[in-house]
Amino acid sequence: MEKIHLEFDVDGRNFVSAGTATAKVKACLKEMGINPDDVKRVAIAMYEGEINMVIHANGGKALVDIYVDKVVVKLIDTGKGIADINLAMKPGYSTASDDIRQLGFGAGMGLPNMKKHSDECIVESEVGKGTTVTLITNLH
Amino acid sequence: MDRLKSLHTVMLNSERCKGCVTCMKRCPTQAIRVRNGKASVIYDKCIGCGECVRLCPHQAKIASYDKFEVINDFKYKIALPAPSLYGQFNNLKDVNYVLTGLKRLGFDEVFEVGRGAELCSHATQVLLNKEVIKKPVISTACPAVLELVYAKYKNLKDNLLKLLAPVDVAAKLAREGAIEKGIPEEDIGVFFISPCPAKVFALKAGIGVKKPLVDGVLAISEVYMKLLPEMKKIEEPEKLSKMGVLGLNWAASSGEAIGAGRPKYLAADGIENVIDILNSIEDGSLSDVDFIELNACISGCVGGVLNVENPFVARARLRGLRSKFPQTANTLTDVGKSFDYYKWEEEPDYTSKSKPVEDRQQVFNKMLEIQNLYSTLPQSDCGLCGAPSCRAFCEDIVNGKIPKDSKCLMLDR
Ligand SMILES: Nc1ncnc2c1ncn2[C@@H]1O[C@H](COP(=O)(O)OP(=O)(O)OP(=O)(O)O)[C@@H](O)[C@H]1O
Ligand code: SF4
Ligand code: SF4
Ligand SMILES: [Mg+2]
Repeated sequence: MEKIHLEFDVDGRNFVSAGTATAKVKACLKEMGINPDDVKRVAIAMYEGEINMVIHANGGKALVDIYVDKVVVKLIDTGKGIADINLAMKPGYSTASDDIRQLGFGAGMGLPNMKKHSDECIVESEVGKGTTVTLITNLH
Repeated sequence: MDRLKSLHTVMLNSERCKGCVTCMKRCPTQAIRVRNGKASVIYDKCIGCGECVRLCPHQAKIASYDKFEVINDFKYKIALPAPSLYGQFNNLKDVNYVLTGLKRLGFDEVFEVGRGAELCSHATQVLLNKEVIKKPVISTACPAVLELVYAKYKNLKDNLLKLLAPVDVAAKLAREGAIEKGIPEEDIGVFFISPCPAKVFALKAGIGVKKPLVDGVLAISEVYMKLLPEMKKIEEPEKLSKMGVLGLNWAASSGEAIGAGRPKYLAADGIENVIDILNSIEDGSLSDVDFIELNACISGCVGGVLNVENPFVARARLRGLRSKFPQTANTLTDVGKSFDYYKWEEEPDYTSKSKPVEDRQQVFNKMLEIQNLYSTLPQSDCGLCGAPSCRAFCEDIVNGKIPKDSKCLMLDR
C-alpha cells in the first residue's frame, strides 16, 4: 500500500525539549490536511510514547507512516526494556524515580493513555535490548 | 460569494519592490510568492493581517482602502471613526475636536464605533451567561483572526463568538437613525475610518452579514492628514462624543476581553502569538480559560497598519483620555433592540476563496506527490525559488501553480 514515510530522532538526554518530535509530526499532519481530531489523537498518544523514550530509555527514533486511511507511529528505542508488559500497561504502575516524579511524570498513566487514544497500541519489548511501541490511528 | 473575488487587501508598488523576500518569508499564511523579482499575493490565501505592509523595508506594499472622495457620492454622509483614531493625536484635550473636525471635512454626522463596541461588550456578557458555547470562547472582532480560523482552524469554529463586530453594529444603528430622521435611504452614505486592510476587506465583503453595511472604508492615515489642519481651526468643539471607557478600550489588546466580564480571560496580540494560542486551544491546553481575545496586530487595533502613530504611544494616549469618558454610555436597554440584532446574520462565507473539495484518495495522492518531491529537496526553506518554503514550492508544482519542471535553485547550483 502506498504510504508517506517520515522519520524523527528523539533526544534522550533533554527533558525540556521532550515532545519536539510529536510537535513536528503534528505540524506535518496538519499541513497535509488531515482531520484535526485525528491529528490530535495521534499527537496525544505519540507524546506519551515520546516522553517514555526520554525518561525510561535513552531516546530513540520515531517512524511515521501515513496511509490513505490510517497513521502508524512506531517508537523504537534501545533502552532497558520492560520486563512485564501487562503490569506496565496497568494504570498507576510506574517505575519512575523520585527525581522524575518531581518533574510531573510518573503517574503511570502514559501507556494506558496511549491505548485509549489510539485504535491499536502494540508494545514489544526485551529486557536489556529495547522497546518498540506501535500506535495505529484510523483516519476519519 | 462573488463580492469577494474582486477585493484585494494589499497592492504592490512594483517599482519599489526589490524582491528581497522579507514579506514572503514572514507571511503567516504563506500567501506571497516572488516571481521575476517581484512579490505577488495569492489573494485566496491572504487574510489581510497587514504583516507584509508592516515589514516591507522598501514601502512597496500598500494596504487597499477607498479614497476620501468617495464620500461625495452621497448627500448625507456619516463617519464611523474607529476608537484607535483617538490615539493618533498628540495632546488631544477632548475627542470632540476630532469629531467636530470630521464634520468640517464634510460629514453630516459622526457615529463612534466605540458605541458599537460597548453594545458588543454587553451582548457578549449576555451570551456568555446564557448560551452554551464551547469554551474557550474566541473573539471574532479582528477579521484577520476570523479568516485564519476559517482557513486553518476549522475545528475551532464552534468556539467562535458569533456576534457582529462593533463597526457592524455602529453602521446599522447610524443608518437606521438617519432614516428615522427622514433622510432618503439612497442619500445616506456610511463610511468606516479603518485602522487596517482586514477591516476594509471584511466590511466590503460583508463577512457575517447578508449584504455590506457600509458604503466605503477610509484609512485612518488619510483622514488624519486632512483632520490635523481642520482641528487647529476649531475654537469650541461640538459635544458629539457619546461613548464610554468600555468602548474606548477596544482600541487596544485586552479591552474586549475585559469588557466580556469574565475573570478567566486571555488576550494575545501579534499574528505569531495568535497562531501559538490557536494551536494551544486546538491541543486542549487552554480549556480552563473562558474568553480569548485575539488581535492580529501587536497591541491590538492601535497597531493596525493604517494608523500613523506607533501602537505603544497611541495606547498610552488612549489611557490618558480615559478619565474624560464615562464608564459606559451605551446599554442594550437604551438601544432597545432584540438580542438577534447583535448576532451574525449569516455564517462567514469565504467560499469563492476556498479550494474545490477533493475526496480522501485525491487528497492523499497529492500529499504523496508533494512528499516525494519534498524528499528530493534540501529542505532549507531558502526562498530562492520564490516560494516561502520547500514544501510550498512542492505544493505549487503539484497544484499546477508553477510549471512541473520548475527548479530548486540550490540543487541546480
Ligand atoms: N520505552 C520504555 N522503556 C523502558 N521502560 C518503559 C518504557 N515505557 C514505559 N516503560 C515502563 O512502563 C512503566 C509505565 O509506563 P507509563 O508511561 O504508563 O507510566 P510512567 O511513564 O511511569 O508515568 P506517566 O506516563 O504517567 O508519566 C514505566 O514506569 C516504565 O517502567
Ligand atoms: S518585502 Fe516584499 S514587497 Fe517589499 S521589497 Fe521585499 S519582496 Fe518586495
Ligand atoms: S487587530 Fe485590529 S487593526 Fe489589526 S488586523 Fe485585527 S482588526 Fe485590524
Ligand atoms: Mg509515561
